Amino acid sequence: MLEGMQITLVLTIGGALLAMLIAVGLGLMAGSHRRWLKIPARIIIEFFRGTSLVVQLFFLFFVLPLFGLELPPIVVGIAGLGLNFGAYAAEVVRGSIAAVPPGQWEATTALSMSATQRMWRVIFPQAWAIMIPSLNNLLILLLKGTAIVSFITMFDLTASLDKLRIDTNVFFAYTVGLVIYFLLAYLLSLIMNALEARAKRKLGRGQSLRESMHFRTPRGANS
Amino acid sequence: MTPSPTQHEDPTASEPSTHTGAITLPNGEIPAIRFDGVGKRFGDHVVLDNLNFTVRKGDRVTLIGPSGSGKTTILRLVMTLEEANEGFILIDGKPLTHELRGEKRVPLKEKHKNEMRKRIGMVFQQFNLFPNMTVIENIIEAPVHVLGIPKPKAIERARELLEQVGLPDKADAHPTQLSGGQQQRVAIARALAMDPEILLLDEVTSALDPEVVGEVLGILRDVAHNTDVTMLIVTHEMQFAREVSNRVLMFDGGQIVEEGSPDELFSNPQEQRTRDFLSAVL
Amino acid sequence: MNGSLWEWQFVWEALPILLLAFVKVTLVVTLLGSAIAAVLGLLIAVARRSAPGPIAAVITFIVNFIRMTPIVVQLLFVYYAFTGVPPVTLGIIVFGIHYATYMAEVYRAGIDAVPVGQWEATTALSMSRRRTWMAVIVPQALRSTIPSLGNYVIAMFKDTPFLLAITVVEMVRAAQLFGAATFRYTEAFTLAGIIFLIASYPTSLLIGRLEKRLAYK
Repeated sequence: MLEGMQITLVLTIGGALLAMLIAVGLGLMAGSHRRWLKIPARIIIEFFRGTSLVVQLFFLFFVLPLFGLELPPIVVGIAGLGLNFGAYAAEVVRGSIAAVPPGQWEATTALSMSATQRMWRVIFPQAWAIMIPSLNNLLILLLKGTAIVSFITMFDLTASLDKLRIDTNVFFAYTVGLVIYFLLAYLLSLIMNALEARAKRKLGRGQSLRESMHFRTPRGANS
Repeated sequence: MTPSPTQHEDPTASEPSTHTGAITLPNGEIPAIRFDGVGKRFGDHVVLDNLNFTVRKGDRVTLIGPSGSGKTTILRLVMTLEEANEGFILIDGKPLTHELRGEKRVPLKEKHKNEMRKRIGMVFQQFNLFPNMTVIENIIEAPVHVLGIPKPKAIERARELLEQVGLPDKADAHPTQLSGGQQQRVAIARALAMDPEILLLDEVTSALDPEVVGEVLGILRDVAHNTDVTMLIVTHEMQFAREVSNRVLMFDGGQIVEEGSPDELFSNPQEQRTRDFLSAVL
Repeated sequence: MNGSLWEWQFVWEALPILLLAFVKVTLVVTLLGSAIAAVLGLLIAVARRSAPGPIAAVITFIVNFIRMTPIVVQLLFVYYAFTGVPPVTLGIIVFGIHYATYMAEVYRAGIDAVPVGQWEATTALSMSRRRTWMAVIVPQALRSTIPSLGNYVIAMFKDTPFLLAITVVEMVRAAQLFGAATFRYTEAFTLAGIIFLIASYPTSLLIGRLEKRLAYK
């Protein structure tokens, strides 16, 4: 059980980090005005969003070896989760950057800031505060996505639940499993809420740490 | 029917005073609206405190005063959009939301409130027309479903009202297709379709472009002249207040500072606060 | 294993198999599951708003619990708990309930988005609760919720492969079986992916257009 939980956590955190990297890269590309950046990014995003996570995982696990690329199962899991959720998150990043008031961009031009300075110091910090709730939702979906990885590749919380089921009674096994997933999701949400509060505080429109530790129902994200 | 016994002073016996707004009523006349020791607060913020005043049937009362003075809250209390924390509001002599039983202030049943509500209508600053219905559907909705008026009759009446507000050919239009002034006129027609005894007007021209303010005020002037509905008006349009009202109440900090006829108040304000306010807005 | 990387004949061989599974299972589960989710979600949203405090809190907790736990684990739980019932039926019910929790959130947001002035106008006109909901609030709430609901239908559609965990042969499982039999995984999964893409991408574009059309001026 503990081993399964470990693997679930590794998949979740690994997948999330990869997804974040991909999301920022793809998101910036998709939001760019340069067509040679925007169009490929758009295609990649729609491809990974439009096909199913399971298809992608199967592909990575069964098809890559045929091309000579044999990856350990946990890497396949992280790659699959990272690519799929990276695409969804890229949309969120793009949308959040677009939601930063145009006046902010104009101000940076008036101050002759370079593109890098502008993005790093002004635009992205504001977009970050906007995107956290949606990323929170995606993170929970990612956590839930780790459950299917076992059916394709390997041992994780869901598979170890199966073992537990054989030894004990069905209800106990899966109830325990559901509760553990729920607690993990709750914990992740609290962390994301705290991150959001911190980001907003840095922008001067904050709430106290105590307020941010309240569990807020994650708003429905458009998948 | 005399007003319900309360522990407060019997307002019918109080002397006319510029500070409480209470008016001596000829014996037996029941006021359209009576506020009796009404208190209202939002959290820690006290908006109204032990407020007493009466409005006679057929009165056209304008409430003026700086923002936050409680004028809009008074309208919202009458319309039951808010409930008072203390005191009693009586409509046509009957308690609106709470009554006194023995020594206790007791809330009344939903059914009673619903009945009372039907006699009161309100026009809002933001019009609040239903965007998913046409103009005529907006107007007949409540008469048909609340008052039980048969649909053909309601439609006929609605068309009459649309004539009166100057929009006879807009019956099948959608609110989003109308200008602000037109929407507000429809809102007035919608409120009048319920044949209310009391009409509350909450800054009904404040959200309109200056050019169309006049057309809406014109309609309200007609309503004032052609009907005997009791009107309680919150507005910044002082000229309009002068023309239409027979009483003006100046509010500040949730209290009535001064009251009188428009001529008295506007030309010869007695209180310093009234003078300050009027010089700022006129 | 064959040496070549791609052979079209296997694509044509796999196509009817995958399409059959797609229509028989994927589409059926998506449509029925969405219908259940849409109705149940609305009931949950109205119940949470209208029910007295403690009951609403309990409903909220149950809804959150279901929403935040993996659908796969829920499928397995139900599969082992109710052994007599055909897995596809179980799948439809689990998907319906799971997605109802998402849709309830969408309904809630839609209802909250109706301006408070609309509620006040219905009070000013003494309209009954029933009439207020049916004639004023729900029509306006639906305008913003329908596109989001559509997106969740697409999401459910893409989650149908999870059913393979409870032995349902939906399209991806069919592709895997084909691959296991012929060793042509590449063609099978690529085809599955393309079918998903063809089904979901245009639909999401349509929903985007619907969203723009439904927005008020």
